[in-house]
Amino acid sequence: MKDKTINSSNLANIRQKLNNKQGKAYWRSLEELADTEEFQQYLQNEFPSTPFEGGSGLDRRRFLQLMGASMAFAGLNACTLQPKEVILPYVQAPEEMLPGKPLYFASTFCLGGYGTGVLVESHDGRPTKIEGNPDHPSSLGATDIFAQASVLELYDPDRAQIIKNVGRVDTWENLLAVIKTELEAQKVSDGAGVRILTETVTSPTLASQIQNFLKNYPLAKWHQYEPVGRDNFKKGSQLAFGENVDCQYDFEKADVVLSLDADFFSHIPGSLVYSRQFSSRRKVNHDHVNMNRLYAVESSPSLAGTMADHRLVFRAGQIPAFAAAVAKELGVNVNAPEDFSEKKTWISALVRDLRKNSGKSIVIAGEHQPAEVHYLAHAINAVLGNVGETVKYTKSVEAKPIAQFDSIAELAVDMAADSVDFLVVLGGNPVFDAPANLSFSEKMGRVKTRLHLSLHENETSELCHWFVPASHYLESWSDARAFDGTASIVQPLIAPLYATKSVHELLAALNDNGGKSGHDLVQDYWKNQLPSGAFEKSWRKALHDGLIAGSRYAEKSVRVKKNVNLKIEKSASALEFIFRPDPSIWDGRYANVGWLQELPKPLSKLTWDNAALVSPATAEEQGWENGNVVKVSSGEDHVEIPIWILPGHPNNSITGYLGYGRTLSGEIAKGTGVNINPLRTGSTPWNIESVTAEKTDRNYSLAGTQDHGSMEGRHLVRQADLKEYVENPNLIHEMGHDPDPELTLYPPFEYNGYSWGMVVDLNSCTGCNACTIACQSENNIAVVGKEEVLNGREMHWIRVDRYYEGDIDEPEAHHQPVMCMHCENAPCEVVCPVAATTHSDEGLNEMTYNRCVGTRYCANNCPYKVRRFNFYKYSDYETESLKLQRNPDVTVRFRGVMEKCSYCVQRINSARIDSKKDERQIADGEILTACQQVCPSDAIIFGNINDPESHVAKLKAEHRNYGILTELGVKPRTSYLAKIKNPNPELA
Amino acid sequence: MADSKSKKSKFEKAPIIEPGHTYGSITDKISSIVLTKKIRKSWLIGFSFSFMLLMVFLGSTGYLLMKGTGIWGLNVPVSWGFAIINFVWWIGIGHAGTLISAILLLLRQDWRTSINRFAEAMTLFAVAAAGMFPLLHMGRPWLFYWLMPYPNTMALWPQFRSPLVWDVFAVSTYALVSLLFWYVGLVPDFATLRDRAKNRTAQIIYGTLAMGWRGSAVHWHRYETAYLLLAGLATPLVISVHTVVSFDFAMGITPGWHATIFPPYFVAGAVYAGFAMVLTLSIPLRKVYGLEDFITMRHLKNMAKVMLATGLIVAYGYMIEAFTAWYSGAEYEEYMILNRMTGPYKHLYWALILCNVIAPQFIWISKVQNSVIGLFIVAMFVNVGMWLERFVIVVTSLHRDFLPSSWDMYSGTIWDWATYIGTMGLFLTLLFVFIRLVPAISIFEMRTLVTDSEKES
Repeated sequence: MKDKTINSSNLANIRQKLNNKQGKAYWRSLEELADTEEFQQYLQNEFPSTPFEGGSGLDRRRFLQLMGASMAFAGLNACTLQPKEVILPYVQAPEEMLPGKPLYFASTFCLGGYGTGVLVESHDGRPTKIEGNPDHPSSLGATDIFAQASVLELYDPDRAQIIKNVGRVDTWENLLAVIKTELEAQKVSDGAGVRILTETVTSPTLASQIQNFLKNYPLAKWHQYEPVGRDNFKKGSQLAFGENVDCQYDFEKADVVLSLDADFFSHIPGSLVYSRQFSSRRKVNHDHVNMNRLYAVESSPSLAGTMADHRLVFRAGQIPAFAAAVAKELGVNVNAPEDFSEKKTWISALVRDLRKNSGKSIVIAGEHQPAEVHYLAHAINAVLGNVGETVKYTKSVEAKPIAQFDSIAELAVDMAADSVDFLVVLGGNPVFDAPANLSFSEKMGRVKTRLHLSLHENETSELCHWFVPASHYLESWSDARAFDGTASIVQPLIAPLYATKSVHELLAALNDNGGKSGHDLVQDYWKNQLPSGAFEKSWRKALHDGLIAGSRYAEKSVRVKKNVNLKIEKSASALEFIFRPDPSIWDGRYANVGWLQELPKPLSKLTWDNAALVSPATAEEQGWENGNVVKVSSGEDHVEIPIWILPGHPNNSITGYLGYGRTLSGEIAKGTGVNINPLRTGSTPWNIESVTAEKTDRNYSLAGTQDHGSMEGRHLVRQADLKEYVENPNLIHEMGHDPDPELTLYPPFEYNGYSWGMVVDLNSCTGCNACTIACQSENNIAVVGKEEVLNGREMHWIRVDRYYEGDIDEPEAHHQPVMCMHCENAPCEVVCPVAATTHSDEGLNEMTYNRCVGTRYCANNCPYKVRRFNFYKYSDYETESLKLQRNPDVTVRFRGVMEKCSYCVQRINSARIDSKKDERQIADGEILTACQQVCPSDAIIFGNINDPESHVAKLKAEHRNYGILTELGVKPRTSYLAKIKNPNPELA
Repeated sequence: MADSKSKKSKFEKAPIIEPGHTYGSITDKISSIVLTKKIRKSWLIGFSFSFMLLMVFLGSTGYLLMKGTGIWGLNVPVSWGFAIINFVWWIGIGHAGTLISAILLLLRQDWRTSINRFAEAMTLFAVAAAGMFPLLHMGRPWLFYWLMPYPNTMALWPQFRSPLVWDVFAVSTYALVSLLFWYVGLVPDFATLRDRAKNRTAQIIYGTLAMGWRGSAVHWHRYETAYLLLAGLATPLVISVHTVVSFDFAMGITPGWHATIFPPYFVAGAVYAGFAMVLTLSIPLRKVYGLEDFITMRHLKNMAKVMLATGLIVAYGYMIEAFTAWYSGAEYEEYMILNRMTGPYKHLYWALILCNVIAPQFIWISKVQNSVIGLFIVAMFVNVGMWLERFVIVVTSLHRDFLPSSWDMYSGTIWDWATYIGTMGLFLTLLFVFIRLVPAISIFEMRTLVTDSEKES
């Protein structure tokens, strides 16, 4: 600009400029308008475009100064790349929520329809751990492996996430429209073409919804099917009483128990309670001898057999005849086809024992034994006067108790006859697990419109037009009844992770009520049930307590029908095939849960696969070895399955576990095991009397976690008969060589405050594995996969060792949970070169993960081999949904570090904080380790051994208390209570 | 062999240097291997092969660092495997070098002269190969320095009760002293090479390494003193290193490890393995480079005798292991030894007895003792046997220890073998480079032998 100062000629210029501008013109000063050099200068100073004074003329010195400063500042910024994230505080914090402090909410876990009350631990809105609800009658604070693992199921990345129509993503609205048209078309025929297929239903809300639907469509039919149902029990109850009832036992009052192939410790309605009651009668000490006696007559080896004082093994097909023989001796009017003369003394001793304990005994029939055996059990209990004492009857807990194998067969017939137009499958996987003789999938293909609601897309979903992803029980409202009829609410802990629908929401859609939320549906039902005046209060109380007070069914008086014509025949002696639900993945519904797949099955210790379990004698006779694939044929059908030799299995019999060999599943289940459903028919769901089996030339590697079953004469599990023990309580100690604790050069470490310790009662432990899964859930323990189990690198912090004793054909099995013993003279501590494993002043052997460099010396030097090493990066650091499951109080371990049981140190510390705030000592029983809390039989007790009044200290003072490998001088803090057997003196 | 000598008396020892050599001929012969421009074909083939194996080592190590120790065959009862076996094996091999150079020097065993340089180099490279294993063996090898005491923000020192920390000190001291000893011994020879080199680069490099050596009487005096002092320092190390290595096992409570015999038994085993390896390497070396005049039959025989003697100590160790297990009455020890002899790894145990106890007995036979091939075969047996010994000690003790429930089997994977063979590549590559660049036999010490042998004759 030429003009440097404002003069009058400039003013004219300015005026002109302003006039030329369009719209409003803003100006700050006349200088601006004049565009003078001063103004330019001013602008330059106010908004410098370069950091350098004097424009481009930058001298060397200044350049270096600036570069130096830049480098220094860049350095400040360089240490870590900070993740970009937005932190939003709560504007209004949810009630009672303290960041970092977990909250517990009551809910209900269901298996086979039957509910178990649970308390779900929630960290900042994420459910992370399931605990039993101590107030709930079917839990009493304990849970089983399935409830424990259900939290992982929630976060399973392979869960179905969106509605699909013939494989394509679709919307809920479109589905509602389809349902509407389908039902409108059916309206004319009163719903004659509609079928609803559910699993077992105890949920009052669901039952009322279905009843409602059936009211509108009276000719529609409701079928129920699940592969592991209670058909035999229901049929037995029909035989005995002419009606459906449910039966509860009181093992606490029973002095003598006879199990007719009943594994009442695992996964039958009420089994958690039965375990607790049964074990309460096994906790003997020298002064307190009131022990029960268990006679187990069983086929496929089960937990009950391992707990038995007398175990008798038969092929499954022989048990009805045996039950008849026993019943006849006891005065039940029944024809016994076989007299079992070689077991004469056994039977007569048993009969005398039962008679002697009339009113104080229980005879319980196995779920998988035919109705006749159930009838006999009812009849014997009646004869012995147990009914009303140890055995109680109530009305049936199931909403509509029906024989499910008949129900699904009926559905198959209808489908084959083209009389089904609209099939709604709510849960389940009938295409995979319906009896093979029905050719269910083929017949289902004839139905015009098929809809499937399921947690995972499975074999059935693939064959349905519409697929609706189901909400997990931890993210949806529902309700259920427990084994004694107690109703409880299924309370969600988290909003659905995906666009899922609960079964109630889908049924509401069928009832033309599509928009209603699960919460309202469940609440609506209970509004009519609970006292109307204070509904809100009683509803809240039900949610808080985890059960609806007073909903337990009343005892029902029933009379066993006499002169029933029982079809009990002498069993053939051909090779028999037994079906059992898998102890780890049940009927296949948990096939995609890694924790369960990797859980060693209680007796075989197999992981990731099922196998054909056979006895050593049968294997020898047939020339089979572990891993040999055999072709098992029944009529036209056959399966090829690898052999696993299981001591204690009946001879000439094969057991196969259901649930494996899924063809459409998540990543975890892929390629695991063999589907044995092709052999299974509705008439022989639990055992086929006669199959043929021939060895193929294939071999399959099975991943067991324990290769060696013998104790090699080492006194690891110590056992005595009750009589011997009472006569000489020191017997248990005399079995080992415990060194004098004073036998050391060093003074003992002083514990002035707490000194933690644990006792495991081997007489109570049933080997149910719940502790292993609870520990895995609590402590973020990684799943390693089959290959790594084969390599011997499973990560479980607590394992249940299984040992056999005695004859190979009729061995006695022992379970021994083994976790870190927190040795007082821990051999691991002295060898760690970096002090990553150290002793705490409360006696804990602590592992500092981020100090560990992974020399593995500690693992070598651990005589109990309880240390686990991250040979690879086992923890999943990538999958988002799995991150939510992790317990934030426990480090997720990385590759190359050692880990092991910590006695749940995070729980100890949490209790310590609470006690310090209240300025008091931690009370006995305030800290429950995860394994202790879950244990249904109270076999694990943890506490302060410095306090002589604590439960654990008292147990440690008992004569039954002993340590394993104490002769090494390591002074383990975990000790065991010896197993005591109570054999019938007549059979000794 | 020298017929003229054997006529004199059968008790007359074979010479340690063949007659007829002068200062000049020795210097020419030894230095020409290094100073010649031509690369021998045999060297090139050997070097290429070794270098290939070294690449196997780098490859397997890279994969190991990427994936973790899971690529090896380790599992929970057997948390130590090939890495520890190989570590002990390599450390053991190194022992002969120090023993020959230090202990035999102090004992004034002249015959050591022609093999000591070579044996020392072998020690150094064996320690280098051995040193790889404890590092790679760790779950998080990048944190290896936590095993060393250094001031740090964590205010944490190593846990000094752990034998692994002792190991760090023992092995690093050993490596350092061996290196110094080797280098000090090389100084006069570097000066010779400097003087004889025609190539300017070689002159500068050897000149630098010779550190101004002029061969004055003062130099020689100081040299002799320093060398003797270092020998005195290295001597206890021969004993201490393997003693400490044996503590890794003996301090553990695992049956089969927890034994007081371990230190002497390990030291003897190490010397045994070391001499076997010196034989294995020197026999082909003297043949290829025509060094039969310097590494004579007497050397080989002497080494064989040391091997036999230490082999007998090792055999005694095996016997005592079995005896203690039985005599202790401890059921775990009893089971351990029975499991070693009759369990799933029994073949390896008996192979070890064959290699380490039976094979060296052939040295008693003079025909074998006088046969180069015979000694080579025995030495190979011992090499294999000593590896098997470590395998048996590490694996058979761990795989079935106290609780039968955790018993399992162990076997090396392809990566275990690749890493093991790879360290042989490292060792051989270093050895080939050494042969090419440094006089493999001490020139000046050999020259002193000429006067000695002249006096004798």
